[in-house]
Amino acid sequence: MVESKQQWKAWLYLAPAIVLLLIFTVWPIINTIHMAFLENYNGLKAAGGATFNFGFANFQKVVSYRRFTQCMQNTMLLCVITVPISSILALLIAVALHSIKRFQKVLQTIFFLPYVTNSIAIGMVFAAMFNIVGSFLGMESEILVTPGIVNNIIEFFGGTKVNWINYGSTYTANLFVMAVYIIWNALPFKILILLGGLASINKQYYEAAKVDSTPHWRVLTRITVPLLSPMLAYVIITGFIAGFKEYTSIVGIFGESMGPANDAGRLNTMVGFIYDSLANNNQGRASAAALILFGVILVVTLINLWVSKKRVHY
Amino acid sequence: MSQNSMRVMRAKDMRKTTFYQRLGAILGKTGVYAFLILVALIVLFPFYWMILSSLKSLYEYKLSKPTFWPQQVLLSNYTEAFTAANLGKLFLNTAYVGIVSTLLSLFITIITAFAFARLQFKGKELLFAALLGTMMIPGELFTITNYMTVSYLGWMNTFTALIVPFLVSVFYIYLLRQNFLQIPNELYLAAKVDGTSDWKYLWKVMVPLALPTLISITILKMMGAWNSYIWPRLVANDEAHRLVTNGLRDAFTDISGDTNYPVQMAAVALVSAPLFLVFVFLRKYIMAGVSRSGIKG
Repeated sequence: MVESKQQWKAWLYLAPAIVLLLIFTVWPIINTIHMAFLENYNGLKAAGGATFNFGFANFQKVVSYRRFTQCMQNTMLLCVITVPISSILALLIAVALHSIKRFQKVLQTIFFLPYVTNSIAIGMVFAAMFNIVGSFLGMESEILVTPGIVNNIIEFFGGTKVNWINYGSTYTANLFVMAVYIIWNALPFKILILLGGLASINKQYYEAAKVDSTPHWRVLTRITVPLLSPMLAYVIITGFIAGFKEYTSIVGIFGESMGPANDAGRLNTMVGFIYDSLANNNQGRASAAALILFGVILVVTLINLWVSKKRVHY
Repeated sequence: MSQNSMRVMRAKDMRKTTFYQRLGAILGKTGVYAFLILVALIVLFPFYWMILSSLKSLYEYKLSKPTFWPQQVLLSNYTEAFTAANLGKLFLNTAYVGIVSTLLSLFITIITAFAFARLQFKGKELLFAALLGTMMIPGELFTITNYMTVSYLGWMNTFTALIVPFLVSVFYIYLLRQNFLQIPNELYLAAKVDGTSDWKYLWKVMVPLALPTLISITILKMMGAWNSYIWPRLVANDEAHRLVTNGLRDAFTDISGDTNYPVQMAAVALVSAPLFLVFVFLRKYIMAGVSRSGIKG
């Protein structure tokens, strides 16, 4: 009697969450997978009563699009560039922060600051820093006004200015700007997690190393990194997952054209491709692309876990 | 060589190494500080540049030789930005969506976490595992169907579309459940003996004890509303319901005209200001929430 009353009450507590999850989480999983296998599924046509064949055509189409392979390439390149650099940098910063006493709190606060920002808003600041106002070595009717603060700094140190994001800029320059912004944005979270990990390492290891007068570099590679490896693995895995979902940081810098003025969509990502397909009412294609993204993230995560199983020291 | 002089030499050697060691340590410390300060300056530079640019005149901004302190502080950029991007309306919309969705979300999170932490029912473990499983799936997969659902329900261009689909966060439920589980069982049993109802116990005992976690969730949820971009652009990008991030991007996307960068930077600074305030006063809670989560918003 009491048992069954408990049961009934528990489900009452759970009801709002379960109803919402069924509508906005469970149903989307079923429906999205279903749509991905309905060939050329289109929301408008479906509403008009059209029927669609079951098959793999959406996947074949998505993979054969040059636009999609470009998106895939951009996403992968940004991941491969930014995740290792930001992880190593975060490790060095965390270790350095951990080794000092004075100003530790102040510096830690500064390093966390980029986390609490709006990625579109600060993307616009980065765009302004790299932006050239006026034309750049281009049309003669215009004159160069300012090359932007980044180019100012480069010229101060004797370099030549670069067309980073404007009309006619190179793909490499665009990627560089994106990588700088993404790394800047990714550091705070990684530093926070690694600092937490460092704080939990037993001090005795370091005291033993001190007695043996082990050089600092060896302490880092032989003690800190192995003992920190679970945290490092976590930071790298979440870094890859976030990297594969990159989208808003590019909107922040390039706007919705996702590329310089002469080549819109050049820096589009996999998430961007999904939203473009959705905007064109091509739900079948969007669903197939979303499943591919899910598959890629799953595979990369499994590879990461497999590597860390061999390397991580628990 | 006598034993004695040997001993003296060894002592000298020792002193020598300690001197070099100390010199090395000092140099090492200086290097560490130099590295940290350099990185700190790089981290801070965009913020400095944003505020600096927002105070310059357009003429000064365009000088080929940059100035690092405004020749003339132009606060009018801020008033211009506020009206140009219609920031007042955007702020109000975002605050409304943020507050309503946070309150509802907190309520649902609390009762769901309580059921998973304290109540007994069949299939509890299985249901909880299934919930955690959904966390692995990228949000884009949900967005496609949710977009259709929202339009089917007639919620396009309403605040409802911005609030309801994201009320349940499995992660927050998980976080709070862990916190609830830490509260000793004896407290619950004692309350039962006193005849306190589950409902009263939840709100009078558990919620106050889990306050730090609830504050973390509130901040992350509010920040999520403030920073959300993709979903609002899809379902509610009309004048009456537009949120701040979309408004900011749209107001300054016009590339054809001559962009007034100082005004743009002033708008960016205004949008960033609430986040900075949260950061200054509630940093502790954000860091605590983030170190357990690893998600943005």
